[in-house]
Amino acid sequence: MGISLNNINKSYKKLKAVHDITFDVKLGELFGLIGPDGAGKTTIFRILTTLLLPDEGEATVAGLDIVKDYKAIRNSVGYMPGRFSLYQDLTVEENLTFFATIFGTTIEENYDLIKDIYEQIEPFKDRRAGKLSGGMKQKLALSCALIHKPKVLFLDEPTTGVDPVSRKEFWEMLKRLQKRGITILVSTPYMDEAALCDRIALIQDGRILEIDTPAAIVKKFPKTIYNIGANNMYKLIQTLQGYEHTYSVFPFGEFVHYTDKREAFETQDLKHYLEKADLSEILIEPTQADIEDAFMELARK
Amino acid sequence: MKRFIGFITKEFYHIFRDRRSLFILFGMPIAQIMLFGFAITNEINNVDIAILDHSKDATTEEIINKISSSKYFTIKQIITREADIETVFKKGKIKAVLNFEKDFSRNLIKEQKANIQIITDATDPNTANAITSYINAILKNYQQSKNEDIQQPYQIIPQTIMFYNPELKSVFMFVPGVMTIILMLVSAMMTSISITREKELGTMEILLVSPLKPFQVIIGKVVPYIFLSIINAAVIVLLSIFIFKMPVEGSLFLLGAESVLFIVCSLALGILISTIAETQQAAMMISLMGLMLPVILLSGFIFPISSMPTPLQVISNIIPAKWFIIIIKGIMLKGVGMAYIWKETLILVGMTVFFIGLSIKKYKIRLE
Amino acid sequence: MKEENVIEAEDLTKAFGDFTAVNAISFEVKKGEIFGFLGANGAGKTTAMKMLIGISKPSSGKATVAGFDVYTQHQSIKKNIGYMSQRFALYDDLTVKENITFFGGIYGLSRARIREKRKQLVAELGLDEISDKLVGSLPLGWKQKLSFSVSLIHDPKIVFLDEPTGGVDPITRRQFWEMIYKAADQGTTIFVTTHYMDEAEYCDRVSIMVEGKIEALDTPKNLKQQYQVNSMNDVFLKLARTPSPTLPEGKGENTVIE
Repeated sequence: MGISLNNINKSYKKLKAVHDITFDVKLGELFGLIGPDGAGKTTIFRILTTLLLPDEGEATVAGLDIVKDYKAIRNSVGYMPGRFSLYQDLTVEENLTFFATIFGTTIEENYDLIKDIYEQIEPFKDRRAGKLSGGMKQKLALSCALIHKPKVLFLDEPTTGVDPVSRKEFWEMLKRLQKRGITILVSTPYMDEAALCDRIALIQDGRILEIDTPAAIVKKFPKTIYNIGANNMYKLIQTLQGYEHTYSVFPFGEFVHYTDKREAFETQDLKHYLEKADLSEILIEPTQADIEDAFMELARK
Repeated sequence: MKRFIGFITKEFYHIFRDRRSLFILFGMPIAQIMLFGFAITNEINNVDIAILDHSKDATTEEIINKISSSKYFTIKQIITREADIETVFKKGKIKAVLNFEKDFSRNLIKEQKANIQIITDATDPNTANAITSYINAILKNYQQSKNEDIQQPYQIIPQTIMFYNPELKSVFMFVPGVMTIILMLVSAMMTSISITREKELGTMEILLVSPLKPFQVIIGKVVPYIFLSIINAAVIVLLSIFIFKMPVEGSLFLLGAESVLFIVCSLALGILISTIAETQQAAMMISLMGLMLPVILLSGFIFPISSMPTPLQVISNIIPAKWFIIIIKGIMLKGVGMAYIWKETLILVGMTVFFIGLSIKKYKIRLE
Repeated sequence: MKEENVIEAEDLTKAFGDFTAVNAISFEVKKGEIFGFLGANGAGKTTAMKMLIGISKPSSGKATVAGFDVYTQHQSIKKNIGYMSQRFALYDDLTVKENITFFGGIYGLSRARIREKRKQLVAELGLDEISDKLVGSLPLGWKQKLSFSVSLIHDPKIVFLDEPTGGVDPITRRQFWEMIYKAADQGTTIFVTTHYMDEAEYCDRVSIMVEGKIEALDTPKNLKQQYQVNSMNDVFLKLARTPSPTLPEGKGENTVIE
């Protein structure tokens, strides 16, 4: 009785935003929708929160149909749209009170749910929301979405544009919420956050590339990835792009992630090839693929 | 220099590719010139007048015919007693009464002069002046034509009475009108901006995905502005009374009640605008351009509606301001009570209900 | 051969009333370097960058960019640098070609040179099919790549990139960085701010700003060694949490107005 989507399609004017989206989110799951801008994440959220009608397909949220039972859904879900959508000229406390009131509850009634989140911004409760930093706005928006104890929580890119420290803290808060039995659907463009979800759906250009647990997706990665390092990153990339056996070469931090067309090969051969191109300090070693590698491989097709 | 030209070229691209700015550049001026041209006129046409004829003889009949056959006047009513003059003015349709004294013809022949009163509703002093001059001209003309073939010239002596506004103070005309315009603009603009702001900031999304019903959002947006606009209206009335020395012949309470009605009507109009406009800027543009200009021109507070071509007269009926100005002028200057303005009041009530109903219906419960 | 410094800042400060956004920062950037300028939102990155590109006057301190003084020669600075930001880069209601022509004109390129550049950019980015389409209709990734190329249209010595890859898909992001590498290889200095910590690894050197001050300035490798961690992300987390002489409690909670 979590969330389910079946064959959802939606177009805006001539542009098809999402194609044949089908997936389920189990009760109490922390599910991530991972993809870049324009992938269709926000469209899916708006359909599930009943703000948009799909052109085709059905979906349910907590067992309620998004078309027929939209009022019931709107009464019971928590929604945090992009850009945090808070009232900039109301204070922290006023914002929270407002959201509690329109959902027919009070701050005190469900305070235990938001306690460890709200505590961090409580010292600033008389400050206008517009004057908060990104990390604090994020915490306030989350508190406002939770104040009426929703069964399902929709968070659309809650960590975008926020510093890494706040991002990390935010996911820790989500994990704690999950323990209380709330079903959470989150979207994010940050691949490293994908690993923190129970299951994820990788999405690009309105289509789902893959759905599974992060571990399983990484395991499914068909090739062995090699970390290759050298003294000149740019030259290294150029040289590898000119190599006949290269399947893919992408910069990844201080190394390049390289995959070979062949099943297995001699790393020494590759090393010689690179040395011939005047590269030095060469390092070649196999490494574990991560979500980003998997995403890029799936997106290639 | 090249950079500068490059920049200008880009600006042209922006303008031509933005339909809204094209509309403002070309569409609006043309529409408004047409409106201005036809609506703005200091001439009078088809003004409704009444006749109080104590003589009912051949001369008065001739004069009455001459007046009725001119395009400036329409004889709408014949009254029989002096007391009816005020009644007829209170009703609002008649703008002037011609009062012929008894034995008009006989007086002309025997004493070479006869009297006629031109009594005008001077709550609109410009129109009153125009009416008086035109009637005087017609009388002079008649006098001249008659005097061509007799020895002793006749003299028709007109006495002008400016009812309600003997000093012809134009402030009597302007203050009600300006009060109406201000109330309408502020109310409509404020509510329309308030709603579109939520849309622009994205907080509308959250309101939609909540238990709040559409009518709660709409009425909720209107209520604070009702209180604030009432204060506004009170201040304007006080200023009019104490600084401009406007009279309040009628009931202050009725004035207050009608003002509240008009405020609610304007607020409802603002809500309606916000359901059409997507951004605050659009809301402001529609409120200012779409409301202000037509209201100023077609509400009748500067330019008499009766002088405008028929299509414009018909359009003026759907402008709430027109009805409210009749109501305010009636209460403040003529001292009328509900008996005389129930029709206008009912129309305003109907418009308010219509705007609110339509807004609730058009309130988008989804994002597209 | 001494590597020349294309950017030099000494005790550069910017204060708004009694709030100090940038607090006496000092650093240099060498020619051809890819310099990463990191920091949380509200740490002062954007304010500092605005001073360097000549659109904001410092409250005190010194700085030169491409040899020009930021106080007195900011017009010359603007002529000699390129700039691209995530928020705005190109005009959505102009076509690809029109945008290239416009920015070429702004930088004073001759008509012939603009034509040449236009052909070159369209070919390099593979935009032949869509060169007459409005930029607004392009996917985000193409827009970013095109903006970057346009920012280089006048062959500037330094190009300033303000969070250029926000929200872009992973493949395009890397293609973008390949373009950055190429430009750096050809001698253009790149000054880039980013939120993606893995992109910090691509830089030659990185500086991290916390509450108006530079708390770290070194190569990614050295920083990782210094803080005993494996990634720049962890360096950042450690930095924000470790009490340092200039950080109050190092709680990492930023309460500054953005």
